[in-house]
Amino acid sequence: MTGGVEGRVVVSRTDFTLDVDVDVQPGEVVAVLGPNGAGKSTLLRTVCGLTPLTLGALSLGGVVVDDPARDVLVPSSRRGVGMVFQEYRLFPHLSVLDNVAFGPRSSGRSRARSRDDAVAWIERLRLTALVDRKPHELSGGQSQRVALARALASSPTALLLDEPTAALDASTRLDIRADLRDHLRQFAGPTLLVTHDALDALVLADRVVVLENGSVTQSGRALEIARRPATQYVAKMLGLNLIRGRAHDGDVAIEGGGTLHVTDRALAGNVLVAVRPSAIALHTTQPEGSARNVWPGVVDGVEPLGDRVRLTVTGAPTVLVDVTAGAVADLHVAPGDAVWLSAKATEIEVYPG
Amino acid sequence: MTRRDRSLTAPPWPVALPAALALLFLGLPILALLVKAPWDRLWSILTSTTSLQALRLSLETATAATLVAFVVGVPLAWLLARAQFPGRRLARALVTVPLVLPPVVGGIALLLAFGRRGLVGQYLDSCCGIALPFTTPGVVVAEAFVAMPFLVITVEGALRGLDTRFEDAAATLGASRLGVFRRVTLPLILPSLAAGGVLTFARALGEFGATITFAGNLPGVTQTLPLAVYVGLEGDPSEAVALSLVLLAVSVLVLVALRDKWLRTGAAS
Repeated sequence: MTGGVEGRVVVSRTDFTLDVDVDVQPGEVVAVLGPNGAGKSTLLRTVCGLTPLTLGALSLGGVVVDDPARDVLVPSSRRGVGMVFQEYRLFPHLSVLDNVAFGPRSSGRSRARSRDDAVAWIERLRLTALVDRKPHELSGGQSQRVALARALASSPTALLLDEPTAALDASTRLDIRADLRDHLRQFAGPTLLVTHDALDALVLADRVVVLENGSVTQSGRALEIARRPATQYVAKMLGLNLIRGRAHDGDVAIEGGGTLHVTDRALAGNVLVAVRPSAIALHTTQPEGSARNVWPGVVDGVEPLGDRVRLTVTGAPTVLVDVTAGAVADLHVAPGDAVWLSAKATEIEVYPG
Repeated sequence: MTRRDRSLTAPPWPVALPAALALLFLGLPILALLVKAPWDRLWSILTSTTSLQALRLSLETATAATLVAFVVGVPLAWLLARAQFPGRRLARALVTVPLVLPPVVGGIALLLAFGRRGLVGQYLDSCCGIALPFTTPGVVVAEAFVAMPFLVITVEGALRGLDTRFEDAAATLGASRLGVFRRVTLPLILPSLAAGGVLTFARALGEFGATITFAGNLPGVTQTLPLAVYVGLEGDPSEAVALSLVLLAVSVLVLVALRDKWLRTGAAS
């Protein structure tokens, strides 16, 4: 394997421009995380050859496959890219075996040889019991594994996945995600996946690229992004409070009023502050104690969230606060109530932004 | 449904009466055909040389016309549905012409094109000694001209309605454009191919006007079943009725074959 998915992808439409630098090396899994309409699927379509570039250039395994300036455009069928579509797109008229054998057969192998190849992948992905089934007889998780087997059986130079868990029901998503991670780890080539699910990105990928409105707003290691989100979109998806301000000598003056004390005294200038909703404490009277950050607010929204309750509290700053259901009952908080909030400086992540 | 419920959904008589008349009008002739059929002599009429000849010729020519329609009509349908080329609208209009053209006019047009002194026919005659009018291949030409649009339009509609996502998926797996067409597109439109084929065959089997105009009415050579019915009416009417029963039976079979495709979707929507 020489070279991964590399290049600059620009696709211009009348009301939208996608402009992204892509670099996925062999053995690496990169997730493109972004909201619907950010251009994620378009990015994948350019890589697999279903949408041509407007500008830029793209190479796969060291071979230029799309370069509008030099009039190069290699069709999908000769790119050798394995694509797992969001809705899987298993051929409805073919059995699991023949779906998986489709790629080898297209590369010119005999029917028997193709089926042997397919069987090997079917065994590897633990689908042996399903070989004779038609796609409509499969569950979501089974369909996904068949789609993955089909993509891998064509011996791709790169693997692409479009929203790999979006079509699964919530109860099976966790198991299938973990299973998928193991399979992606075993693939030697570059893997590029797009998703609007932060957990997909964090669990499956080594590196995450956040795509919003056609351009990259943040990229880095998954853990780094989870800890220090750069945009409200990512923070919201991770369930974090993200506050913008200016730091000076351990104090952050918040845009829109208020001050937070942080442990990092060296940081100066524009910063972002990330606080987990569960790291903020709720009080009905002004608290006295060790927390250095204390500010008043008004409860604006109350929303159940699993075994907790998420409150939106307007103040300086306005934040999301997670408390236990029991605490809500004890404190008798309801929308419109005046409350006090406190947060320890050590629970506040602050970084340049 | 109780009587009370029925009183809510029962149609008013100005609707019910003409509707019943329409049904009667459509059903009565079929009933008459069945009632007046010479059931006692049916077998002997149908196994007579003339009948068997006409029946066999009809089946052979209609099958050949359907095959011709498949070989050139399916690629045409693909072109109309998927390709961008100048004059595509004109091409589509051209396909529908035989549907609305009186078949006898079609026959005359075929004569002017493929007749011995026709636009193309004169060269076919002088260079290769091929003459289509008044021959069995001429019957196939007349039937294909009239019936092929049914296949083209059915298949084109299916290709238009087909989700191209499966074809995209096949392309990413390395299938060439022809490979995608053969291994994904055709299997996915199989029901429409079958429906279009059945319609085409049925239309070819019943072809009368274009056939008699272009190919004539020679027993054993160009006299198909509908032509034999027409001739029979002047000689032995009960023979005409017996042969009509055969054509009616084929029509019923076609309806049965297409019931999922046309009737049920109509009822469901």
